[in-house]
Amino acid sequence: MSLRLTTGGRLIDRAKPLSFRFNQRWMTGLAGDTLASALLANDRVMVGRSFKYHRPRGIVASGVEEPNALVGLGEGARFEPDQRATTIELFEGATAISQNHWPNLAFDVGEVNSWLARFLPAGFYYKTFMAPQAAWARLFEPIIRRSAGLGRAPDRADADRYEQAYAFADLVVVGGGVAGLTAALAGARAGQRVLVLEQTAHWGGRAPVDGGVIDGLGPDAWVRNAVKVLEKMENVTLRLRCMAAGLHDHGHLIGYERVADHAPQTDAPRHRLWRIRAGKVVVATGALERPLSFAGNDVPGVMLASAVRDYVVNWAVAPGQRTVIVTNNDDAYRTALALLDAGLAVPAVLDTRESLTGDLVQAVRARGVRVLEGKAIARVRGRSRLRGVVICRQDSAGATAMSETIACDCVAMSGGWSPVVHLWSHCGGKLLWDASAAMFRPDPTCPPTGADGAAMAVCAGAASGALGLADCLRDAHKAAGGTGKPPQAKAPTEAPIAPVWVMPAKAGIEARSKMWLDFQNDVKVSDVQLAAREGYESVEHTKRYTTLGMATDQGKLSNINGLAVLSEALDQPVPATGTTTFRPPYTPISFGAIAGEARGDLFQPLRRTPMHGWHEAHGAHWEPVGLWRRPYCYPRSGETHRDAVNREVLATRRSLGLLDASTLGKIVVKGPDAGRFLDMIYTGVMSSLPVGKCRYGLMCSDNGFLIDDGVVVRLSDDTWLCHTTTGGADRIHAHMEDWLQCEWWDWKVHTANLTEQFAQVAVVGPNARKLLEKLGGMDLSKDALPFMTFAEGTLGGVRARVFRISFSGELCYEVAVPASQGLAFWERLMAEGAEFGVTPYGTEALHVMRAEKGFIMIGDETDGTVIPQDLNLGWAISKKKVDYLGKRAQERAHMADPDRWRLVGLETLDGSVLPDGAIAADAGYNGNRQRNTQGRVTSTYYSPTLGRGIAMGLVRRGPERMGEVIRFTAEGRLIAARIVDQVFYDKDGEKQNV
Amino acid sequence: MSDATSALQGARTDGFARIEAAGPVGMITLRADLGAARVAKAVKAVTGCAMPGRRRIVTAGDKAVGWMSSDEVLILLPHAEAPGAVAVLSAALARDHALVAEVSDARALFRIGGAKADQVLMKLCPVDFARMERDELRRTRAAQVAVAIWRSGDDEISLICFRSVAGYVAGILEHSARTGSELLPG
Repeated sequence: MSLRLTTGGRLIDRAKPLSFRFNQRWMTGLAGDTLASALLANDRVMVGRSFKYHRPRGIVASGVEEPNALVGLGEGARFEPDQRATTIELFEGATAISQNHWPNLAFDVGEVNSWLARFLPAGFYYKTFMAPQAAWARLFEPIIRRSAGLGRAPDRADADRYEQAYAFADLVVVGGGVAGLTAALAGARAGQRVLVLEQTAHWGGRAPVDGGVIDGLGPDAWVRNAVKVLEKMENVTLRLRCMAAGLHDHGHLIGYERVADHAPQTDAPRHRLWRIRAGKVVVATGALERPLSFAGNDVPGVMLASAVRDYVVNWAVAPGQRTVIVTNNDDAYRTALALLDAGLAVPAVLDTRESLTGDLVQAVRARGVRVLEGKAIARVRGRSRLRGVVICRQDSAGATAMSETIACDCVAMSGGWSPVVHLWSHCGGKLLWDASAAMFRPDPTCPPTGADGAAMAVCAGAASGALGLADCLRDAHKAAGGTGKPPQAKAPTEAPIAPVWVMPAKAGIEARSKMWLDFQNDVKVSDVQLAAREGYESVEHTKRYTTLGMATDQGKLSNINGLAVLSEALDQPVPATGTTTFRPPYTPISFGAIAGEARGDLFQPLRRTPMHGWHEAHGAHWEPVGLWRRPYCYPRSGETHRDAVNREVLATRRSLGLLDASTLGKIVVKGPDAGRFLDMIYTGVMSSLPVGKCRYGLMCSDNGFLIDDGVVVRLSDDTWLCHTTTGGADRIHAHMEDWLQCEWWDWKVHTANLTEQFAQVAVVGPNARKLLEKLGGMDLSKDALPFMTFAEGTLGGVRARVFRISFSGELCYEVAVPASQGLAFWERLMAEGAEFGVTPYGTEALHVMRAEKGFIMIGDETDGTVIPQDLNLGWAISKKKVDYLGKRAQERAHMADPDRWRLVGLETLDGSVLPDGAIAADAGYNGNRQRNTQGRVTSTYYSPTLGRGIAMGLVRRGPERMGEVIRFTAEGRLIAARIVDQVFYDKDGEKQNV
Repeated sequence: MSDATSALQGARTDGFARIEAAGPVGMITLRADLGAARVAKAVKAVTGCAMPGRRRIVTAGDKAVGWMSSDEVLILLPHAEAPGAVAVLSAALARDHALVAEVSDARALFRIGGAKADQVLMKLCPVDFARMERDELRRTRAAQVAVAIWRSGDDEISLICFRSVAGYVAGILEHSARTGSELLPG
């Protein structure tokens, strides 16, 4: 059994017990525990089931590499699946549940998959579900989705908050172990601005567990001193619980800080995503131990040797009472010593090598432990709990009748160490295969490079393959450009590793089908070998075929073993196979951190006009327009939106309506060349516009397509005001600046986007003039201010620009006032207009009224493929001008084709409203066996003014076909509509020109 | 007619730093040849400030001039003085290729105050605040919107954004300044 030892534990505080729940059972841990160490202290070795075969699985590791111990953590709005028990700092009241099983962890129906394993080989899904295609959606996918998957998705919005932050440093040291601290000291003493990130809650990394002497001190004491020194330096920032998730171009490092996972009751944000600009990154991320591939290596109780001693030394937890150690290197002997020091039994060390003489081996022998040379595990006994191991020779095919069985409840395995080269590789650093150390290590001649072509990252310590303590510190000191002597370390000498990829070497297929490479995705040695036999020679293909390394742990334990097995199967050296691509993030990071503050009200900016609050208070139903919200209509109680729109249209046409037009773009263009510039930007002539006059204009892209429209006003001799659509303001301003800065850089033109300086109100209807005359201050009579002119003055005491323009066909004044007085001005209009039954109207009434007048709307009649000529707007295109943006494009054969679809009005024969976007079919079929088409509806409304449906549409040779009836297909039926003039209301414009 | 109102009119929140939405502030955009003597003279006459260097802001009493681009400065002054200053500048630069426009109401001004003011903006702006100088003006972004920032006091940063997004900016500032979420110890 696993239990808490009575003494020791460098990270726990025995005076602070913590209660937590696992699968509804209350248990007790200690402050400083991880959930994994607390579970082991409570004799919970088996903590989950595997993904495919639902085999019982136990804790294997002690850190981020853990593949098995994934739990659902928290409850309700704080539930989060797939959390690694080994990296969860225990807190009071923590609640966790195990995953991948039904009905419960001990008895799982899905385990039947395990008995069917021989029928679920690598590539099973690809082979089985090829056909019939229809079965995918109805049969295969639903079943796979139910049986696969790890934790369940949360069903509520996350109750926690998150944020992001930016940081800058000359030197970022990733990893707070002895190598990282050595590098940080070297960089900081050279005067660099240093940022040190450590993913766990503790400084020191593995060294305090693994032992040795640094500058005459034990690692713990040395680490304490180093941190104290760094904390006092002004140029150093230290961050615990902050993982470097990814290294990107130009030294852009993403940090993932788990601010409050361990203290969920505080005000702090839960996670914080750091975006760090690093001059240089020292990657001191250590190394990860590899498992050994023997039959039954996934049975709960089989763990990494380093993890076993971590649990003993850090948390005073014994993963087992009797631990057999199986190894191909000297490092695992440290585990034997740690166990012996804790008073636990080590019945044997199985070492695949022969003639062992290393310091650590001798030390273990001296403690009376059996060290069996050239030996391996043939298979394990036990299913949901380890009971013993059957041993054999490593160079054999497995156990014989004579084979010894050693009873044990824990196996500590070590297949050697792999440097954590992820960050180095994220951004293009290359790797070398070091055959003598059996590891991929960074190739210092091919580093990831920065903007200056020099290395922007360097690996240090174990991450660069310097596994011995003295080498590690020397390497780290040098990596950070340290001058003088590096910290001096003493540690036992170690004999070389002997690579072992399959245990025993000649194991048969039965055994190989029980040797797990990827514990989380259930990929075995036999699967990779099958993939090789089936022709998957590329490691990337084998990965995808077998799902090796594709689980949430991204193959931290499995990749090297897997590609070594593949190399053997392909009979090629390991470097010829190579690694799969390392991609960020290093371990999964929360969506919350990625979103940061951008959720709820802050999900995206909401743009508000000065009158926004008034609209809200008066029940506006909103329509999003870009990032603005504009009132769609103002429904009164009991009114549908349709009722409200009809009322607003009729009230405006009969008396008086108000529209908040503040969102319209207002760009000032000024300078000696402004007229010439606008003649290029617009299809019409703006240079000839007299001062005080307004003119409607169209803007095209250089490909000829209509991109925006609006009224241009000549404010003075050298100044024009260009109105754009709401959505076009920023885009058109950028379009103008683009041409001015990149093409016509020597033209003397200045622009300024003054959209938000003004609140603009359209005062519309037969009583519009009367209302404004009540405010007083300007002569707004027909003679003083005729249609399509503008005047500046003071209206009701407010500085105002008044434009006689109309988008509704009614008498209309658009009044622009300073935004700071917009709300007051609007409220004044509402009060003074009461006698005329003033009615605020929204965007839908605006649309209905402009459609009644046959006015086009950018985004309805245009879609990026429409030119002004299609919309019968030839009158707004100058024939005299030598050039304007889009002119030459509009002369291309396709653009000038008389067969183009052109704008017409559409009237249904029954008076109904055509569905928006409806298509008119034509005779015959196209090359894709689709019906030919001859037109589509672009705008369609119920006109309360006319009491029937009206529409506009683009129809092939439309204007030539007046009176013809065509049929639109919509909602499965045909609707007959007559092609008519697009102007349905007041064709002569008498109402707006009064 | 009623007094001018800014977008959030003095709204204030306190977290580990003080966030204050200022009342109306006068602002003028001037686009011109910033190297021209007559331009510098006109700016000096209106504000008392010399022409700022690249990415700098020059302050004199209740007025300031900030460098916005190679041909644009932003003039800050009391709200009521803006229309008059526009007229003076326009007249002084009538013969030059210059654009003078009042933008007081197109913007909103926030002041972030306190010893930890920098930490609020470290969460929102990709700016190296440790290296940001006292007379520096930065055009950058705060989360998803464009802003300009400068140090307007020993422990104070001023931030301007477009008026329409003042509510959004107030929201992200409040979120970033919440007590308990400090980025640095002490």
